[in-house]
Amino acid sequence: MIPTLAGRLQTRIFLLATVGVVLTALVVPVLPGTTGSPARTYATAYLILLAVAVLGLGWELVYHLLMQFRWDKDWPTIFGLLTIVPEGLLVWVLLDLGMIPGVPGPVAFSTFAVMFGFVWIGQWLFVNGPIRVFFVQWRLRGGRVV
Amino acid sequence: MLHEAGIPVHDVPFVSVGGGLGSFIMTDVLRICGVPTSSIKVLSNSDTPWQTWEYLTRASQLPPGERIRSDAGARPDNIWGFPSYAVHEAWQDRSPKLLWQVLVEPILTDFFSPRAATVFATVKREADRISYWDMLAKGQVRMVRRRAGGGYFTLLTPPAGTAPTKRVAIRSQYVHLAVGYPGLKFLEDLQRFRETYDDYHRVVNAYEPHEHVYESLKKRPGTVVVRGAGIVASRVLQRLMDDRERYGLHTQIVHMFRTFVTGPHGSGPWMRRPGGDGWAYQAFTFPKSAFGGQLKAQFRRLEGEKRAALAKAVGGTTTPKLRRWQEQMRQGRQGNWYHPIQAVVDKVEPAPDGRLVSHTSSNDGGYGRYVSDFIIDCTGLEADMPEHRVLADLLEHGGARRNGAGRLAVGENFEVTGTASGGGALYASGAAVAGNHFPAVDSFLGMQTAALDIAADLARRGFCADLGPARSFGQWLKWVTGRPV
Ligand SMILES: Cc1cc2nc3c(=O)[nH]c(=O)nc-3n(C[C@H](O)[C@H](O)[C@H](O)COP(=O)(O)OP(=O)(O)OC[C@H]3O[C@@H](n4cnc5c(N)ncnc54)[C@H](O)[C@@H]3O)c2cc1C
Repeated sequence: MIPTLAGRLQTRIFLLATVGVVLTALVVPVLPGTTGSPARTYATAYLILLAVAVLGLGWELVYHLLMQFRWDKDWPTIFGLLTIVPEGLLVWVLLDLGMIPGVPGPVAFSTFAVMFGFVWIGQWLFVNGPIRVFFVQWRLRGGRVV
Repeated sequence: MLHEAGIPVHDVPFVSVGGGLGSFIMTDVLRICGVPTSSIKVLSNSDTPWQTWEYLTRASQLPPGERIRSDAGARPDNIWGFPSYAVHEAWQDRSPKLLWQVLVEPILTDFFSPRAATVFATVKREADRISYWDMLAKGQVRMVRRRAGGGYFTLLTPPAGTAPTKRVAIRSQYVHLAVGYPGLKFLEDLQRFRETYDDYHRVVNAYEPHEHVYESLKKRPGTVVVRGAGIVASRVLQRLMDDRERYGLHTQIVHMFRTFVTGPHGSGPWMRRPGGDGWAYQAFTFPKSAFGGQLKAQFRRLEGEKRAALAKAVGGTTTPKLRRWQEQMRQGRQGNWYHPIQAVVDKVEPAPDGRLVSHTSSNDGGYGRYVSDFIIDCTGLEADMPEHRVLADLLEHGGARRNGAGRLAVGENFEVTGTASGGGALYASGAAVAGNHFPAVDSFLGMQTAALDIAADLARRGFCADLGPARSFGQWLKWVTGRPV
C-alpha cells in the first residue's frame, strides 16, 4: 500500500463498516467460549469492532509517522498483517480491564482472539486486491475512498 | 483545404496517436467505459502495442525471460491490478514461492517483478479481448491541427501501397497523444567520437542492439567501459557478469559514475534515499508513493519552483538494490575485475591499436586514462521532446507550450494546455508530459492513471460512461472470465 493519511483513515473506517461488519456477523455464531444469548454476543462483538475503529484512527497516525522514515513512503503488505499483534493486544487489555464502553461482561480470550483474527485477516485480504475491483482509483489516490 | 489537396477525410470521434502501451491502455480504459471500437482509431507505425517496448527492453539486456522493474500490481492489461502478476505467474508456474515473495516484499525479499514475457502475453490477450486490432490503423502521423469548426485533424501517411492517396486526414473531436520517446540520447563526447571516427562498433548505446559486444568478448578477452548509474547500467553489468561466469570469460569492467554515491543521501531522516558503491538505490523509477500515494499528492499540491525542487529531491538516476546484482558486484570487486570509479569523461580517442582511450577527470582533481575495447553508454533514452515532429508542430502551431521541465504542459486531466478546440480536447500521456503534476506518468501504472483521469474527463463531456463501482465490478468479471467488454 502507498497510503496518504486521509487514505489510511478513510480506508480503516470504510473497511470496518463494510467487510468488518459482514465478517463479524458471519463469525459470531461459531465463536468459541461464548456465554449468554446470541444477541448479547453480537452486541459485544460489534462494540469491540467499534473500539477497533476508534483506536485504529490513533494507530493510523502512528503508522503514518513511522512510514515517514521509509524513502518510498509505502506500507508493505506484511506490515498490514503484523500490526494485528499490537492492535489486538491493546484491545484485549482494554477489554480485560473492562475499559471498552458498553461491553456487558467479561469476554473469554478465545472468543476475542478468534473474532479479532478472523476479521483482521479478512480485511487484510480484501484491502490487498479485491477493494480495487470496486474502486479503481483507490490505489491511485493513496487509499482514499471518496 | 484538405479537399483541395485531394486528401480524403475520415470521421471518428476519438484518435490516439502512437499505438504503444500508452495508446493501448487508453483504449482499454475507454472500451471498459463503454466506447465502441467504431468510435476509436489508434494511429501507429507499430504492429503491436508492445513492439517498441519489446525492442527497447531486449536491446537494453532485458530479454523476455528476465524480470522487469515494476511491481506485481502494475499490469498494463488490467486496470485493477488484481489479481496481480505475482498471482498470475504463481498460478502459471505452480510456484507458491512467488506468493511468498509478494507477501514479504520488500522487507525480507526484493520486490516481485513480472517477466517481460508475461507482460507481452497478457497485453496480447487483453488486446484481443477489447478488439484492439479493429481500432488500429497503420501509418506515420505527420501532424495534429485544430479545426476551425472545433475538434482536430490528424494527418497520417499510410504505409506505401496500402491507400490510394499518400495522405489521409482523420477528423475527430478528441485526440490522445502517446508517442513515447522521441529517440536515443547520446553522451556528447561519445556522439562526437562516433561522428569523428565513424565508429559505431566499439561505442554503443545500450538502447540500440549491441549483441556484437558480448559476442566479441566471448571470442577474445577484453575490457569494457560502462557509463551510467541507472537500471540499464545494472542490466548491462549483469549480462557481462553472467557471460563471464557462464563462459569462463576474463572480461574486465570499468564502470564510470559521473556522480559516485557513497551512502544514504537526502535532506533529513524523512528524506533519505539508500545508496552506496556508486549507486543511488530505489526499487522503482520514482519512490513508490509517487505512483499513487503521499508523493503523488504532494506533487499535485505544489506548483512552480516548489514542485521542481521536490522533483529534484526525489528524481535522478537510480537502480534497484537487487540481491543478485549486489552479489555479482561484490564478487567482481573481490576478484579485481569490476572497477567502479567516479569519473567525468573529457574525451574519447582511438588508441594506435584501434581500441579506445577515455580521458577522464575526477572530483578529487585527478586525471585518468582508460583503455578499453568497448564503451557502452547506459545513460539515457529521451532526446528533447521537440525532436518529435508531431510535438514540435503542436508547440509551433497548436497552442501547446512547454512546462519547466521542457515537456508538454498539461492540466490535471492530462489535457494539453492551450490546445482546446471548440468542444474538443487534446490529451497526452507518457514521457512527453513528465514534469507536470504527476511525475510517474511514463510507466504502466502512470499510463493507467492518465487514462483513467482522461476517461473521467471524457465522461464529464458525455463521451463515455463513468467508471463507478458497479461498472468497475461488472467489467472486472468480464476480464476475469475473458469475455469481451
Ligand atoms: C527499457 C525500458 C524498460 C521499462 N520498464 C518498465 C517497467 O518495468 N515498468 C513500467 O511501468 N514501465 C517501464 N518502462 C516504461 C514504459 O515502457 C513506458 O511507460 C511505456 O512503454 C510508454 O508507452 P508509450 O505509449 O508512451 O510509448 P511507446 O510504448 O514507446 O509507444 C509509442 C509508440 O508511438 C509510435 N509513434 C511515435 N511517433 C509516431 C508517429 N509520428 N506516427 C505513428 N506512430 C508513432 C512509436 O512507434 C511507438 O510504437 C520501461 C521503458 C523502457 C524503455
